[in-house]
Order: sequence, then structure tokens, then C-alpha cells
Amino acid sequence: MPAVTQIRSRTVALPATNIDTDQIIPARFLTSTSKAGFGKHLFADWRYDASGNAKPDFALNKPDAKGAAILVAGRNIGCGSSREHAPWALQDFGFAAVISTEFADIFRTNCLKNGLLPVLLDEKTHAWLLDHPNIEVTIDVASTTLTLPDGTKVNFPLEGFAKYCLLNGVDELGFLLSKSEAIAAYERVHR
Amino acid sequence: MFEKVWENHVVVPETADTPAVLFIDLHLTHEVTTPQAYTELRSRGLRLRRPDLTLATMDHSTPTRTEQVFGGVPIAVDSAAKQVQQLEINANEFGVELFNLQDSRRGIVHIIGPELGITQPGKTIVCGDSHTSTHGAFGALAFGIGTTEVGHVLATQCLLQRKPKTFAINVVNKLPTGVTAKDLILAIIGKIGVSGGTGYVLEYRGPAIEAMSMDERMTICNMSIEAGARAGMIAPDATTFDYLKATPRAPKGADWDAAVARWSQLPTDPGATFDRSIEIDAATLVPMVTYGTHPGMVAPVTGNVPASGDAVFEKALAYMGLKAGEPIRDVPVNNVFLGSCTNGRLSDLRRAAGVLRGHKLAAGVKMLVVPGSQAVKRAAEAEGLDQVFKSAGAEWRESGCSMCLGMNGDLVPAGHYSVSTSNRNFEGRQGQGARTLLASPETAAASAIRGRVTDPREFVPN
Repeated sequence: MPAVTQIRSRTVALPATNIDTDQIIPARFLTSTSKAGFGKHLFADWRYDASGNAKPDFALNKPDAKGAAILVAGRNIGCGSSREHAPWALQDFGFAAVISTEFADIFRTNCLKNGLLPVLLDEKTHAWLLDHPNIEVTIDVASTTLTLPDGTKVNFPLEGFAKYCLLNGVDELGFLLSKSEAIAAYERVHR
Repeated sequence: MFEKVWENHVVVPETADTPAVLFIDLHLTHEVTTPQAYTELRSRGLRLRRPDLTLATMDHSTPTRTEQVFGGVPIAVDSAAKQVQQLEINANEFGVELFNLQDSRRGIVHIIGPELGITQPGKTIVCGDSHTSTHGAFGALAFGIGTTEVGHVLATQCLLQRKPKTFAINVVNKLPTGVTAKDLILAIIGKIGVSGGTGYVLEYRGPAIEAMSMDERMTICNMSIEAGARAGMIAPDATTFDYLKATPRAPKGADWDAAVARWSQLPTDPGATFDRSIEIDAATLVPMVTYGTHPGMVAPVTGNVPASGDAVFEKALAYMGLKAGEPIRDVPVNNVFLGSCTNGRLSDLRRAAGVLRGHKLAAGVKMLVVPGSQAVKRAAEAEGLDQVFKSAGAEWRESGCSMCLGMNGDLVPAGHYSVSTSNRNFEGRQGQGARTLLASPETAAASAIRGRVTDPREFVPN
């Protein structure tokens, strides 16, 4: 996994609460056996009309959303299905971080496993970001801070191990494999 | 109980810097969330660590039409056919026991684990599917994982985990006649909200839970994820042991006695504390139906669509084509889906058939009945339940996830109202533009007869 140290980008805002993973990537696109190419189906039913044309009023279709790498979403993003296709689709579309006031557990885990940074913010800053879309912010992993355009720095929580993995591009499977002796010892006792 | 199961599976304890390494006793797998994990294993030259603790089935993208399952008619969706083939290739290459499309033991992953008796108290169970919480009904710690973690378990039989908090749901008194486990769990989600359980393992307890069958307990634990909790648990007891004793892969003889002795130690000790707890009075409940686009938007069938000024709420009602103040009873119904890992077991089919027997579907209503497994299908046919459904005008299919998420082409048309015994009423879940109303099997059957959302207590079961 490539290291993630700093993300500097404009934001796109989707203020809806409880955005479930069926919206992020509808089930009919899950028959692929690859991780690639889900970006074109990201938010498919919100992005396109019945004839497959982009809906001009949807945030991701607006011209100023082009190139934005930070998604600001309403509370409890990623609820529902455990499909890792959701972070794959967000990353393939170009997102590097998702900001919210609450993340569903499995979605948050799946994001971190792919280096898609979940940024848990306080309600005040979050509300401000929803009200001011398409502004440039900087997210720094080492200091776990988000810097607003006026220079204000806001902290966000990030568990130490997740931070270490992101900063160093460490893949957790490698870490788990390094514990194989302890696993074998456990297996000998618990037959 | 959670603490005991957790402690029994810690390979390396958690520290301030690193999460715990947790051993997994059973890894259930299916065709949708595993292919990329096997690709990862191949690219690193890794093998499957414990084939003996891994089982594969196919359920999500599989057809339910008999001619497609058994008659050699190709799977309609080409990419779904490829996904099913890929699972066969992966299972064969890595040595995983697989129940393929025609296997008599095949079914929805969360139905067959308990059926086989490999879902057992005290186990850690994972699957690349959020409804893995179902298995917690046996006192197992069971939770859904993503595909990267599927790869971790395939390669190491372990996961890196931070210890979650505990949340007791005390359900006092008994459920009234005509009010089911599905109504109770919908009421719980309505009360704590769709993220009320985030970060917690729920433990359902109290007289109403103790009085439930295993099928009912599975319905409860299944929907823990809809409250945001990754896992839900119920203490194992005589009901649990009686269920497991009759299953093919439960321990036998002296091993059985030893297992029961071990399992009997699992329930939460008196006086143990939870990080959070709430109390629900089962006696006050009535049948529940969702009216919105997440399972927390739920109301009594005797009630009205609530009002709210919230924009997201208004958008949900607009999607559903419903208005605040409108009675839930009498919302029109076009489709009825009976099945899924929530309500696709034999007792669910029996109770729905009890309502439907001697009746016909209302004009224009389509009803799909999809047993949770091939074993459920055979058992239902042995009792003649298939005939009850067919006589009423419903379609009787082979097992699978089917119309719960529509991956296999079993879809609700746009704009249609679907009373569904499944677990999610998200926008588009059952098909683009489909309007899902979650309910119990009884409510689904009663609504199919009237062609409108109906309180099942209006029908005396035959």
C-alpha cells in the first residue's frame, strides 16, 4: 500500500446523513472479480438518470468537483453492507479522504485497509465544511490535523496503529504474517 | 459473554500501539467478496492457512429459477456466471470445501452455518458479509468483514482487532400474539437508531429473548448491523443445545457432553456490567413496518407516517412516494418478497403459509418465495408449504439471497412497493427506484392477500 502523509485538495460535499454502501456502489456492480474500475459506478443511482445521463445538480457532476480528492459527507457514512467495493469505488473516482462526524464500523475499517483516510471531525467544523464546499483544505496524517483556508487547524482522532500503517505504507497482512509463530502456538493449545 | 469469547481468542494482546491479534474459528465465504482476496494471496505466493476452518457457498449472485440452477440454462448475467466460476476455481486451487450451485447443502451463508451445526457457542465467526451477526444467536462472536480482511483470515486465520464496547438490550415481558422477532428488532433499531450500536457488541437478553426459538434469535441478531453494531449475541441455553444436537456437524458422544459443559460457562455472569444498556417492554409492541429508506425509519402498522422538517427525511419520503400523516396500513403493495438471511428459515415460511393458506394474492400482486437454503426448501416441500404458496399465486424458487439485494436479477421494478422480509430498505436495494417496506413474514403474507400493507393480526392463521 502506498504511504499517505498529506492530502491537499478541494472538497466535495454530500450532506445527506446515513449514506449507505448500497448508494456508494449499488449491488448490481458487485459481480466483478477485480478491484479496479468501480469509480464509474460510484453513486450510480444518484449520479445518473434512468437513461444513463449525468444529473447536473448532483455534487459530483458539477464542474468544480473535478479533481477534488476530499469528500465531506453527512453523519454515519458507510452504513449497511460490508462491501469493500465502496472504498474501492471512492478511490477509483479520485477520493483520498472522507470527512464525516460518524463512520460506520466496517466501512471505516475498509477505508483504512486501502489508504482512504477517514477523518472524524467535530460537528461545528463539519457543518462549516458542508456550508462551504469546493474550498481547499490540507489534511496532515502525522499531526492528525485538518487545516482550513484561514489557517485554523482542527485535530481528528486516528488510532496509532492505523496512523503508523498509513504513514509508512505498511500493509497489515505483512504484520499479521510476522505473528505466525504466535498463531501456531495458539493453534497447538486450542485444538 | 462477549468478554469471555474475546479473551479465549486473543493470540497477541492489544497494546496502546497495536490492536489484538484475534483467532478466527470459522470463516464462511461466498462468491462476491472473496475473488480479490484470492488474487492477493496468489500474488504473494500465500496458501490458505486453515482449510478445515473455511467453508464456501454461493448465494448472492446465483439464480433462483430451477431451470437455471439445475436445468443447464446459463446464468442470465454473464459477470455473475463468471463470479460463480471463479469461486469454483479458487476453492479448488486453495482446497476449500465448496457447496456449488447444485449441491443439496447449498444456501445463504448465514442459513447453512447453523443448519450444519458449525455455528457454535463461543466461536469467533467471520464472513465477508455484514449479516454475519446472525450467528451471534448461538453465543458466538460473529461479525462481517471486508475483502482485505477476508484475505487476512485466509492467510493467517487471524484478524487485527480493537476490542469493542458492550451494549445490553434487555427485553422484558413477552411478545404479544402476532408480534414477532422481526417486529422486535425493527422496534429496537427504531429506538436506538441506525448508528446507535456503532462501536458496540449488542447482547440481547431478558424473558422475551429467552422464550424465543433459534430461528427467532437469528432474526434478531441478523439485524444488529442495521443498528450499526457489527455483532449481536444471545446467551446459549437449552434451546441452543437442542437445536445444535440435531445438526450433522455438531460434536457427538463424549465430545458433545464436553462441549455443552463448556458452552454453559459462556453466559454473562450475574452482576457483570455493560458499557451501555436499554430496556424494551415486549408486551407493548405491535407489528412494525418501515416507511423510509433505512431500517430506523419504522412505525407500528397501526400508526401513521411521521412528520419531520429534516431535508433528508423529506427526500426519503419523496423516494417512497409517501406523505407525513398517511396511515401505514393501506399503503399499496405491488410486490412481496419472502426470504433472506433474516426471514428465510423454515419457521418463517411456516408462519407466512399459515396466514396465506386458503387465500389468493390480491390482483396485481407478485410474490416471490425464496427459501434460505436447499435444506429449508426440501423441508418446506415435505410439509406442503410450497403448495400453499403456489395455490395462493406466489412463485416458489431455489434458495439464495435473491430479491434482498437483486444481484441475481430478481428485482422489484422502479416505483413499485415491495413488502419484504429482508433487512434493508435502502434506496434501490431491491432494484433501481424500488420502494421497500420491511416487515415480518406474517405482515408480508397478510399484505399480499389484501394488496395493501396489512396488520397480520386481522387474519387468523389456518
